[in-house]
Amino acid sequence: MSSETKQILTTDGIPLEVSLKKAERKNKIRAFLLVAPLLLFLIITYIFPIGEMFSRSIDDKMITNMLPKTFKEMETWDGKELPSEEVFSAFYADFKVLVEKQEQGKLGQRLNKEKNGFNSITKKLLRQIKRNKINENQSIKEQIMKVHKRWRDVEYWQAIKRTAPPYTMAKYLKGMDMYYAADGSIAQVDEDRRIHRILWLRTLEIALFVTIFCFLMGYPIAHLLATLPMKYSNLLMICVLLPFWTSLLVRTASWMILLQQQGVVNDFFVLIGLVTDDNRPEMMYNKVGTYVAMTQILLPFMVLPLYSVMKTISPSLMRAGKSLGGTPFVAFWKVYFPLTIPGIGAGCLLVFILAIGYYITPALVGGASGTLISNQIAYHMKTTLDWSFASAMGLMLLTGVLAVYWIYNKLVGVDNIKLG
Amino acid sequence: MSKNPEFVKFDKVDKSYDGKVLVVKDLQLDIAEGEFITMLGPSGSGKTTCLMMLAGFETPTNGEILLDGNIISNIPPHKRGIGMVFQNYALFPHMTVYENLAFPLRVRKVEKDEIDKKIDKALSMVSLNGFESRMPAQLSGGQQQRVAVARALVFDPAVVLMDEPLGALDKNLRESMQYEIKHIHESIGVTVVYVTHDQSEALTMSNRIAVFNDGKVQQLSDPAELYEKPVNSFVAEFIGENNTFNGEVSDIDKDTCKVKLGNAEILANPISVKSKGEKTTVSLRPERALINPTNKMDNMFTGKIEEVIYHGDHTRIRLDLLGSSEFILKVPNSTSNLELKVKEDINIGWNSIDARALDTK
Repeated sequence: MSSETKQILTTDGIPLEVSLKKAERKNKIRAFLLVAPLLLFLIITYIFPIGEMFSRSIDDKMITNMLPKTFKEMETWDGKELPSEEVFSAFYADFKVLVEKQEQGKLGQRLNKEKNGFNSITKKLLRQIKRNKINENQSIKEQIMKVHKRWRDVEYWQAIKRTAPPYTMAKYLKGMDMYYAADGSIAQVDEDRRIHRILWLRTLEIALFVTIFCFLMGYPIAHLLATLPMKYSNLLMICVLLPFWTSLLVRTASWMILLQQQGVVNDFFVLIGLVTDDNRPEMMYNKVGTYVAMTQILLPFMVLPLYSVMKTISPSLMRAGKSLGGTPFVAFWKVYFPLTIPGIGAGCLLVFILAIGYYITPALVGGASGTLISNQIAYHMKTTLDWSFASAMGLMLLTGVLAVYWIYNKLVGVDNIKLG
Repeated sequence: MSKNPEFVKFDKVDKSYDGKVLVVKDLQLDIAEGEFITMLGPSGSGKTTCLMMLAGFETPTNGEILLDGNIISNIPPHKRGIGMVFQNYALFPHMTVYENLAFPLRVRKVEKDEIDKKIDKALSMVSLNGFESRMPAQLSGGQQQRVAVARALVFDPAVVLMDEPLGALDKNLRESMQYEIKHIHESIGVTVVYVTHDQSEALTMSNRIAVFNDGKVQQLSDPAELYEKPVNSFVAEFIGENNTFNGEVSDIDKDTCKVKLGNAEILANPISVKSKGEKTTVSLRPERALINPTNKMDNMFTGKIEEVIYHGDHTRIRLDLLGSSEFILKVPNSTSNLELKVKEDINIGWNSIDARALDTK
């Protein structure tokens, strides 16, 4: 490391480092070529779409391109009183271009999202232009202000100015039930309209509980798998993996058959007299259904990392614990359990991250109270076609997952994860 | 304090894992207090099973195990108070050396000061002072081994079991650890039950050795007797080197017998043969046969040298003698070195008392 050390030469007089690099170059190129297809695949299918998603979620260029002259003139406007004649004429010029391209409707809709009432006043302005009521030799400002009283309201011009930047965080705010108020500050949506925050919390809650249930059920199974003799453990392993080999849709559908009010589980409860026939509990289209189905489906993701860690723990450690005087519980808690923490971490992280973005199962068995944020994203993708909002929420979800990963790294350390 | 000669007692113990094969058959073994006893045998001979039964990890299928007069078959391992050193050390990898040693004391609710004192004593016993805060993974194999020994002794158990503890160490380290464990045993006087398949380890360390084969104790005696006076051909074969002749007893009286091997006859010491016509295997230690003996010996033969192997401190010579080409001689490396050449004939002699006529293999 020290700079005093002399450069080491090979027997042929070439510096050792140079020679080493030369000798290793071929191997490096070969290694890179081997991973190149995967790298390319990842860039195309992963990094590029995420970048695209991000740019879409903050993209607000449409209106920037529609009103280029207006925004240029507005740069010098202080935004406190009505803008000057120049701004009005620039807006008029931009608007005429849009009318020729028949895109003024889009402008109206976009501005209407920013402030209610824009749609009707742009239509009114359009009619005036169509009737050639605007004389370009006179003051444009005076004439536009006459079209509708809202054109005389400074708040509407402020709204236009707010749309000037090509990027906006509005979608992200909407995802957290917030919005830009008229003065540009961030405000909360009315309490009775805060649907997204409820969904975020519910998603976290369900992911957390599914992780806990998976852990409570998976730990003993993994332990059994790791300690049973080969012939039994193989059979048990197949039972654990069986869900993996069945389509997710089929598994969810079979839970629907089991859990519905006239379903197998309810029939059984009635049979053993746990509930009366006319009072069958609802176990589907609510959280219960989501919990049950998701726990069963995600269980292998908990069992496998735990199993792979437990498999490496020598049985003599438990024996040592007992022979040294620890009761079976003490030996388990002080010796065995701490050694399984890497597996617990890996399993919990896997299940939690998978659960937080789960879609099909909650969509099918979740009902209204069991839907998650991913269902909301799908709704905006397919029904409202607000892709930028869907992208924004998708990215928020991704950020959340990365945050969980970061916290996990701080608490347990990613190096301690053992997936197998 | 008088020593209890039956401190640990295996009383007619049988053990079977599958209900078909007996791994341990009718084991009868008394271990005295403070004794270092070794269970020696090939793998699968049942020695480790015996140890596990004593530790409480296996239950005897039949019979009882007594510790200081109390039946312990129904006492779980953690209440037996027996220290154990495992084959792969079984140090807790997530605990420091200190925590490893503190484990048996903490579960016994020993006071903190007392724990510190005992750990300090145990570590100085294995000369590992100053290693308290190391993790097991930061120690060498030999050091881990010492920690494992210290941990098994730190809570002053009445008995310490060691299950092939030196198996993973290299030869030199293994030898020095053998002496170290032996000295620890001598200084604290704990009862040690040691399991190994390495005969030299057993001979070096033990007060007594129980040779196991096929689920049974073949011979239980002190190292010298075991080597000098094996009672059957398995023990003779298993302990040390051994030249064998298979033949038939042609004549027998009180101290000697004649054994007919093909067309020759040798004189031997009848150990397990009783009458004429019995088949027998005669066992002779290589170092008991001499080249060109100066004194008169009752067995004198001529053999042809087949192979000379130099071993540093001694030279091994393979001879063609009495129809067997596997007869081994050990010649110590001394100043009066003999000129030994392959294909030359030499005279060999041994006393009949050293040639033990045992059961056939």
